[in-house]
Amino acid sequence: MKLNLAEWGNQLHSGERTYNIVGKRRMWLSISAAALLVCILILVVKGLNFGVDFTGGNVYQISDVEDPDPAIAEEVVAEHAPDQEARVSILGENDVHVKIGVVDLEVSRAIEADLQEAYGVTDEQISSEQIGPTFGAEVGKKAIQSLIVFLILVALVMTVYFRAWRMALAGIIALVHDLIFTVGIYALLGFEVTPASVIGFLTILGYSLYDTVVVFDKVRENTENLTAQHRYTYDELANLALNQTLVRSINTTIVALLPVGAILFIGAFVLGAGTLKDISLALFVGMAVGAYSSIFVATPLEVTLRDREARITKHTKEVLELRASGKTDVVVDAEGHVRVGALQPGGHKGQGAQPKRKGRK
Amino acid sequence: MSTVVKGAKRALIWLGVIIVLLYSILTIGVVNDKTTFTPGLALDLAGGTTLILKAEPTDGTTIDESDLEQAVEVIRRRIDASGVSEAEITTQGSDTIVIALPGTPSDRTIDLIRQSAQLQFRPVLLVGDPGATPETSATPSPSPSPSVDPSATPDPSASPSVSPTTSAEDDAVTDPSASPSPEATTSPEPSVSPSPNPTPVPGETDPSSFDWLTDELLEEYQALDCTNPENLGGADLGDSDAGHAACSNDGSAKIAMGPVELDGSDVKTATSGPGYSQAGTLTGEYEVRLEFNSEGAQKFADVTERLYDFYKIDSTDDRARFAILLDGVVISYPFVQAHITGGTATISGGFNQQQAEELANQLKFGAIPLDLTLQTKSTVSATLGEDQLEKGLIAGAIGLMLVVIYSLLQYRALGLVTIGSLAIAGIIVYALIALLSWGMGYRLSLAGVAGLIIAIGITADSFIVYFERVKDELREGRSLQAAIDHGWSRAKRTILASDAVSFLAAVVLYVLAIGSVRGFAFTLGLTTLVDVLVVILFTHPVLILLGRTKFFGQGHRLSGLDPRQLGKTAIYQGRGRVAVSTTAATPGTEGDEASGLTLAERKAAAAKKGEQK
Repeated sequence: MKLNLAEWGNQLHSGERTYNIVGKRRMWLSISAAALLVCILILVVKGLNFGVDFTGGNVYQISDVEDPDPAIAEEVVAEHAPDQEARVSILGENDVHVKIGVVDLEVSRAIEADLQEAYGVTDEQISSEQIGPTFGAEVGKKAIQSLIVFLILVALVMTVYFRAWRMALAGIIALVHDLIFTVGIYALLGFEVTPASVIGFLTILGYSLYDTVVVFDKVRENTENLTAQHRYTYDELANLALNQTLVRSINTTIVALLPVGAILFIGAFVLGAGTLKDISLALFVGMAVGAYSSIFVATPLEVTLRDREARITKHTKEVLELRASGKTDVVVDAEGHVRVGALQPGGHKGQGAQPKRKGRK
Repeated sequence: MSTVVKGAKRALIWLGVIIVLLYSILTIGVVNDKTTFTPGLALDLAGGTTLILKAEPTDGTTIDESDLEQAVEVIRRRIDASGVSEAEITTQGSDTIVIALPGTPSDRTIDLIRQSAQLQFRPVLLVGDPGATPETSATPSPSPSPSVDPSATPDPSASPSVSPTTSAEDDAVTDPSASPSPEATTSPEPSVSPSPNPTPVPGETDPSSFDWLTDELLEEYQALDCTNPENLGGADLGDSDAGHAACSNDGSAKIAMGPVELDGSDVKTATSGPGYSQAGTLTGEYEVRLEFNSEGAQKFADVTERLYDFYKIDSTDDRARFAILLDGVVISYPFVQAHITGGTATISGGFNQQQAEELANQLKFGAIPLDLTLQTKSTVSATLGEDQLEKGLIAGAIGLMLVVIYSLLQYRALGLVTIGSLAIAGIIVYALIALLSWGMGYRLSLAGVAGLIIAIGITADSFIVYFERVKDELREGRSLQAAIDHGWSRAKRTILASDAVSFLAAVVLYVLAIGSVRGFAFTLGLTTLVDVLVVILFTHPVLILLGRTKFFGQGHRLSGLDPRQLGKTAIYQGRGRVAVSTTAATPGTEGDEASGLTLAERKAAAAKKGEQK
C-alpha cells in the first residue's frame, strides 16, 4: 500500500499519470451544482432536525442507574407535565437520558427531584439542563454572524495573499458548498442539530479553506511564471498542481479523519450522545466533503474564473496556436493528450549524462 | 559546522528554552501553592452548574460594556452573599453573562441570581446594631427603638450626608455643627405615635411616620441578623408600599425603613469625583453626585424637604436619613442636610476614591433598565463529568495512536519526526493550558478537549505538507539537503497561509460565538499557534540535522526519503559523485530511461519515440 501510494505519487508528480480533473471541470461542476440543488431542496422540504438546545426544553441525565427502565421516567414526566412527550433513551449500559419540551422552571425542578427519587439515585448522579426557547436562536444568530465576518475577513486575506480575487472567490464558493453539503446531509439523514454540531459546522469553515489554500498555493507556484513559457496553458498547469497535491490531500484527509473518527466512535458507541458525538459527526461529514471539494470544486472553479482574465486568455490562445503549428516540444501521448510535467531545469541525469573519463567504463 | 546546522541547533535550543521557561513558571506557581500542574476543568468535566443569562434593556436602549460589567458585579455580590464559593462569572459578546457554579447550587441561589437589579429609595425609620435582638426583649411598641443610642450609628465623620451639588445658599445647612437645635432634646417624640394606628395607608400616611413600623416589621427588624453574610446578599426587596427592614451592605447596621419613595427609573445617572468645600478647595475626600430626571427631581425635592425638617430639629435623628437600597440591601443611608430642589445631590462623608466610585457605579447600575433572563441552566453531576473526561481522553489516545501508526506506515522513519513534533506540541500545549488556567482562569471544557483532539489532525497536516514538499524536491532531482532547504522555503509559505486561515476562524469564533463554541475555538486557536512554533523550531531543524546523517542522507530504504522509491535511481551526492541505485531502475519515467545511456543512445530513443507518435 505504502509503496504503491509513493509510486503513484511519483507518477502524479512527474505528470506521467494525470487525472484530467480541470479538463473535465464542466462535468464535475455540474455534478456538484446538482448535488447542491438537491441539498437545498432537502433543506427546504424536510428541514433540519433541531435538538432541544434550539427549540428549548429540558434534558435530564441520570448516571449509573440500577434499573434503567424508560417507563419510570415517562411516568414521572406524565405526572408533572401531561402535555409533554418524554423522549427517553438509555445511554451506554445504565445511563438514562430524558428529554422534554419547554416547561416552567418549577415544574422542571419537580421533575428532576422526582426522577432522582424514582430511580433511587443521589443528587450526584443526576445532571440536568434547562434551555430557554430563545437560546438556540441566539447560538444560531451568533453562528451566522461569525460566518459572515469570517467570510469577509478570509476573502480579504486570500485576495492579498494570492493577489487574485478570483482565487479568493473560488475558495469561498467551495467553502459555502461544503457547508450546504454538510448541512444537507444532516437534513437528509435526520441527524439532530445541537450547538455542538454548530461548532462542528463552523470548524469546517477553517478546515475546508485550509485544504483549499494548500492546493491553491501549489497552483500559484506552478503558474508563477506562466507567461514566460509557452509550453503549457494555465488550465494544464493548474491540473498538474491538483494532481501533485493529490497524495497530500489523501494523507491529510486520512490523518485528520483518524482522530475525528476516534471521537465519533467513542462519542456514538460508548458515551451515547452529547458534545463529543455531535462535534465529531459534523466534522467527519464536513471533512469528507471538504476533501472532495478542494479537488473537484475549488480548483475547477478557480480555473473557470481565472480563464476570464485577459492575460490568461491571451496566453492560452498563444500556447494553443504554437502547439497547432508544432513548434513546441511538448510530449503528446497516444490519445492525443499533452503530457504536462514539471520542467526539470538542472535536473541531474546522473553519471551517464556526463562525458566519460578515460580509463573508466 | 555550517551555518545551516548552527541555525538548526540554535532553533532547537530556543525551543528548549521556551519549554523550560513554561514549565519553570508553572513549577514556581505550584511550589507557591498558586496553581496546580493539572489545568482547571470546566464544569461539564468537573461537575457543576452553568447558567447563561442574557441582559436585555427594558426600554429599547442599547447596553454597553460597563453596564454589563456592573451587572456582573451585582451578580458576583449576590453569589458571594449566598455562600457559594469559587463562582466564575464571565461576559460573552455584548449581552451574555455566563455563570459557572461548582456543585449543585440551591434553587434559591439561582432565583436570586436571575433577578434584575432594583434600586429603591426609602426614608429611614430606625438604625440599629447589626446583630439580631433576642426575641425576649422584643417589645411590640416602637417606643424602645427610636431611643437607639446615637453611638450605634456609624462614626459621624464616616456617616455620609447629602447636600445639593450647587449649594451656594445653604452654607449653614451642610454644616452639621449649625443645626443642633434645642428641639433636638425632644427625641422621645416617636413615642407620641404609639401603636394605636398600626395600619398605615400608602400615599396618605407620611412615609417617615413610625406608623410604618408595624408589629410584623418590628419583629422582622429585631430578628434580622446582619452579622450573617447571607443577609447581605439581598433577595427580599420587600413590598414597595410598606415598611421594610434590611441590612447595610457592609453588615455594620440594620435599618428599618418606610415605603419606597423613588426607584431606579427616577435616577438619571451617578458619578463620583473629588469633593470641594464651599470655598471651592479640594477637601481631600471623594463624593458621589446623583442626578435625577425631572420626575425624580420633583419627588426627591419632596422627600428632602420632609427629611430636612427632621435634620433641622436634631442632626442625629435617623429619620433625617434616606436609605438607598440595591437589591434589597442598603448601600448608603445619608443624612439630608438640605432641601434639594435642583435634581442633583451630592453624597459625601469620608469616601475614598474607590468607595465613591463603587457607590456611583451601584447607583448607575440600579438606574440601568436591564432585565436578566435565564437562557439556559445546565447541571452536570460530578459522575457524568468524570465519565466524559475519561472517555474524551480515551478518544484522544485512540486518535493519536491511529495517526502515529499511519505516519509510520506512510513515512517510515520520517514518521518518527512527526511523532516527535506532535509530542513537543502536546508538551507545549499542556503547559500553556495549565498556565492560562492559572493566569486568566481558563477552564478546559469537553468542547475544548474535542478541539485538542481535532488539532492533532491539523498539526500533523503541516508535517505532511512539509514532507510532501521535500519529496517533491527530491523527485525533481535535488540532493536531500537541498531538497530540505527548498522544500522548507516553499512549505513554510503554505503552512503559514493555511494556519493563518485556521487561526482566523478560531479568533472569529472566539470573539463572536457564545457558550461551548468558545472553549472549542480557544484550544483550536492555541494549537494552531503552537503548530507554527513547533514546525519552525522543531520539525524543520530536526530534519536539517537528520538530513546530514548517513541513514537519511543516503536515503536508507526505511528513512522515508529514499530517492529510489521516489522514482530516482541515481542520487547526486555532491562533489561530482553519484550513488547509483542497486535496484533496477523502474522503467517508464523519462529520467530513468535516460540515466545510464549515452547521449547518442538517448537521441536514438527520442527519435524512436517521436516516430511512435
